[in-house]
Amino acid sequence: MSTVTTAGATAAGGRIGALLRVRELGIVLALAVLVGYTAFVNPRFLSGQSVRDILLGTAILAVLAVGQAIVIITRNIDLSVGSVLGLSAFAVGTVVQDNPGMPVFVALLLGIAIGGVCGLVNAVLVRYGRVPALVVTLGTLYVFRGITYSWAGGQQITADELPKRFLGFAGESVLGVPWLVVIALLVVAVAGVVLRNYRVGRELYAMGSNPEAATLAGIRVGRNTLGAFAVSGALAGLAGVLFAVRFGTIDAAAGTGYELNVVAAAVVGGVAVFGGSGTVWGAALGALLLTVIGNALAVLDINQFWQQAIVGALILLAIGVDRLVAARTARALKNRNGHVR
Amino acid sequence: MSDNPVARRLSRVAGWDAAIIVVAILALVVAGGAVENFATTRNVGFLVLDLLPIALLALPMTLVIITGEIDLSVASTLGLTSAVLGSLWNSGMAIETIIPLCVLLGAVLGAVNGVFVTVFRLPSLAVTIGTMALFRGLAFVVLGDSAVADFPAAFTGWATGTIGDGPVPNVLVPLLVLAAVFVVVLHATPVGRAVFAAGASEQTARFSGVRVDRLKFWLFVASGAVAGLAGVLWTLRYSSARADNGFGLELAVVAAVLLGGVSIFGGKGAMPGVLAGVLLLATVQNALRLEDVSNEALNIVTGALLIVSVLLPNIGRSVRAATHRRRLRQSPTDPIS
Amino acid sequence: MERQDSTPLLEVRDVTKSFGSVAAVRGCSFGLPPGEVHALVGENGAGKSTIVKMLAGVHRPDTGTLLVDGEPVEFGGPADAMDAGIAVIYQEPTLFGDLSVAENIAMGRQPRGRFGIIDRRRMRRTATELFARLGVHLDPGRPARGLSIADQQIVEIAKAIGGRARILVMDEPTAALSSVEVERLFAVVRALREEGAAVLFISHRFEEITALCDRVTIMRDGAHVSTDPLADLTVEEMVRRMVGRDLDALFPKQDVEPGAVVLEVDGLAREGVFRDVTFEVRAGEIVALAGLVGAGRSEVVQAVFGVDGRDAGTVRVNGKRVRPHSSRAAMAAGMALVPEDRRQQGLVMDLSIQRNVTLPRSGALARFGLLGGGAERREAAHWTERLRTRYGRLADPVRTLSGGNQQKVVLAKWLATAPRVLIVDEPTRGIDVGTKAEVHRLMSALAAEGVAVLMVSSELPEVLGMADRVLVMREGRLVADLPRAEATEESIMLAAMGQEVA
Repeated sequence: MSTVTTAGATAAGGRIGALLRVRELGIVLALAVLVGYTAFVNPRFLSGQSVRDILLGTAILAVLAVGQAIVIITRNIDLSVGSVLGLSAFAVGTVVQDNPGMPVFVALLLGIAIGGVCGLVNAVLVRYGRVPALVVTLGTLYVFRGITYSWAGGQQITADELPKRFLGFAGESVLGVPWLVVIALLVVAVAGVVLRNYRVGRELYAMGSNPEAATLAGIRVGRNTLGAFAVSGALAGLAGVLFAVRFGTIDAAAGTGYELNVVAAAVVGGVAVFGGSGTVWGAALGALLLTVIGNALAVLDINQFWQQAIVGALILLAIGVDRLVAARTARALKNRNGHVR
Repeated sequence: MSDNPVARRLSRVAGWDAAIIVVAILALVVAGGAVENFATTRNVGFLVLDLLPIALLALPMTLVIITGEIDLSVASTLGLTSAVLGSLWNSGMAIETIIPLCVLLGAVLGAVNGVFVTVFRLPSLAVTIGTMALFRGLAFVVLGDSAVADFPAAFTGWATGTIGDGPVPNVLVPLLVLAAVFVVVLHATPVGRAVFAAGASEQTARFSGVRVDRLKFWLFVASGAVAGLAGVLWTLRYSSARADNGFGLELAVVAAVLLGGVSIFGGKGAMPGVLAGVLLLATVQNALRLEDVSNEALNIVTGALLIVSVLLPNIGRSVRAATHRRRLRQSPTDPIS
Repeated sequence: MERQDSTPLLEVRDVTKSFGSVAAVRGCSFGLPPGEVHALVGENGAGKSTIVKMLAGVHRPDTGTLLVDGEPVEFGGPADAMDAGIAVIYQEPTLFGDLSVAENIAMGRQPRGRFGIIDRRRMRRTATELFARLGVHLDPGRPARGLSIADQQIVEIAKAIGGRARILVMDEPTAALSSVEVERLFAVVRALREEGAAVLFISHRFEEITALCDRVTIMRDGAHVSTDPLADLTVEEMVRRMVGRDLDALFPKQDVEPGAVVLEVDGLAREGVFRDVTFEVRAGEIVALAGLVGAGRSEVVQAVFGVDGRDAGTVRVNGKRVRPHSSRAAMAAGMALVPEDRRQQGLVMDLSIQRNVTLPRSGALARFGLLGGGAERREAAHWTERLRTRYGRLADPVRTLSGGNQQKVVLAKWLATAPRVLIVDEPTRGIDVGTKAEVHRLMSALAAEGVAVLMVSSELPEVLGMADRVLVMREGRLVADLPRAEATEESIMLAAMGQEVA
């Protein structure tokens, strides 16, 4: 929806400080309640270390969720992101281990490149093989993960095998904001602006909204699909490097099961499962919410195992609410046109 | 307008069905000849035990996919029933009571999917991705990361044993019975006719008196119940109830079904092909495992097979279309013939 | 074709196109000079849509040439056709529901400001200006989802002229419009003509063609029949050229003395769609439900048959109430519905003829719950033969049949249920003339056997020829019940259009 926007999207159209969509407002409210309650029960929740943990966790998940949102908006899905993250993390970890002098930004670029290639594999299969994205990325979820396992075997890269400079990146910050968070914010901002204010971004929405009409409207659907999957892969690759930097310990299982959290973040953040609507800002908010829930469970001394169940319940809740809202809107629009046909 | 290509495509679906059966048999023969220890009674017994969960879950999954839906939550349902089985056994309940309860639990979990899909009209893909996380999460809530192992030997022995200590595993019996039921239901009952009609054209099915929502609801229930049964058998076979039992199994199941020639878009498919798909998948995995390929690396094969099973027919279609166009261009004077 | 004094904006020269072994278009030529509204007519399947798709850049002609401004062009895709100044407006508008109206209009050529960022304000202003030029009031900021079909058409036209299209192709744009909306659309088209645009107008309604068009090209079975100034042709002549023979003796309704009331519909209503629908149909009677497209006729019969729900009212068959919103209950009561949309509602195109024919009866044909195939085969063979359906094998997918034979399969499917009430919705739409006559004979014979027939039809000759009684609907309500003696084209159209046409 064109009227959908968030603060910060200062388009030339000049709707500065445009309205938060109800959906995103809902998440912000839920976050406020959750944070308020948790901090009330256990003030430790708002300590510097805890907040830092949440922000770092959100940064990785948000980068993934942005890529996922772009793909879902085009009415596709990318289930392979967790595996791409694992492959990228292990590959970059290995390279950095062997070349301790390598600058961090080169490592970031390497991760992006590896992820981009994985994304292109998905894209080519979807675009030229005409295989549904669900099937392709469910397949490559296992293929990419299998490749990582075959390569790594039982081997593990531990923090003391990685150069200090690389790991130190996680601790460094600009103006008090950790680099990881800065990178994530950059990703969200750039993707947000492109999706909202550039032709190619609007074309992605058009494709998801009505695929046949998109073709008839002369939109280069193929090129855009390739691009969307490549970006999602590249961002998953980037997230892999962030993962390596943050945790320092990488094995072949890195990022296993992440795809569920990523899809959940996007869907909870208001990205419609069947494309055409939603924003990367929403997806990032979804990532923040999921991460906060995870950390709040620990602080509130609730069984950690609830986390995954909550993710599942949130997905169901989100799609249920979306359906309800859509039905309401449809009825309202119909009544406004109000004539018996 | 595109009369003929479609006719050819349809006949090709039947062709794919037959082809996959031939390929599965070929794979068995090749593995038997080339892989050491493959053709031993012991290994074939393992092969059957290994394919059992995939085969069981593939039966209802075939019907679900033919109606144009999907159930990605089956592996998590298996895990949750396994966890509940372990937890109830720990609490001292009799195993004879627990087992039917677990199958019932599976049915209830399936009904949850069914309600979301048919009552709230949400896309099954999104719903079952959600319940995939939910059910697996609940499994961990029930059992944590511990395992329950002290099941009565009579039951675990049965699950791994063979009929009269011969070569035929006991578990083949429920599998064959269920397979027969599903083959008959899909191919020789009004329900089966409705399944195909609902998948190929939901509207026409409704206009023809098929209660599409009710049908889909019960298919999800069946899917859940069978997943519950698979959870019980899995637990007994490995003598281990764990929350992560069957993790990732949904991939193998969907792969086997698509490999068997069922269209991911619904409306097309046949049970014999699916059973051959299961057999092919299990044979390849078993043979590679005997060749010391790791479980995780095996996933490459499974994932690749999944993609190829959809990719191959598409490529075939494109090639045919291209040759057709070329032929037309070469004889521009008489395009009608 | 005749030479125009100016170069045609668009010329179609001897194009052919086939799909598989089926020739959709074979040798069609015509030209559109600037400032002309050109009608393209022909029966369904005559190849009109294929021509449209070639002009839209969706299909490429197998042979022959398309010329724009006298220059041969080759379209690799829809974008090329648009660049050449051709805009196509489809029967079903192709808008992006999630995007705003302004964005829909600007898609692909949004005004850009600094750094290539979309200038939303200008985009909105452009949309407002376009609507002003078209004389309509639409909010450019609202999402396209929820717009009425007529408003969507307007947005499509705004899109076309916003893109400086000089050639407008309109594929049955009026099919779902009310007469007021049609008039508004025509005003827009005439204005475009004044500005020198060329319009290719496809419609089934002769009154619209005569009101709007300058010349007419007639197609039959994919071939070009003629291109003439409209003034030189009578409607009868156009029809004769379209169908290839005279239209007489098509409607052989036998006289039957109506028996007892079989179907009673009382106070049927569905919010926002129709209300107060009350009528009855007797055994042996054929009752036609006439009215404009969009008057709610199909919706009424679908609610009667229970495919859709209803908010109020009762349906009785032989005095017994039928449970609402259950097509199974309707079938059990002896009703059958041959729906309007054969491909989406009547048939499962990928399934075999046999499966299609026996789908509603698969439960009844099963023995001990099992279907061996034999019973279905016999049943399907019996009914397809009775309807003289032409096919290769019963196992062939129904998609491979011609439109007429497909319709016979739908009829066979429902006649096999031995209905006491047969509801047919546009029973002869898009089928060839010969089959049409067969369908009419069949309906007449069924009525003679005592079946109560309710027929929705938009073809007045069919209504007048077949029906014992004509019910007319307008805007969701029954407005007239005309016995055969009083039913004429004028009386039906007057009732269907209400005050709008004096």
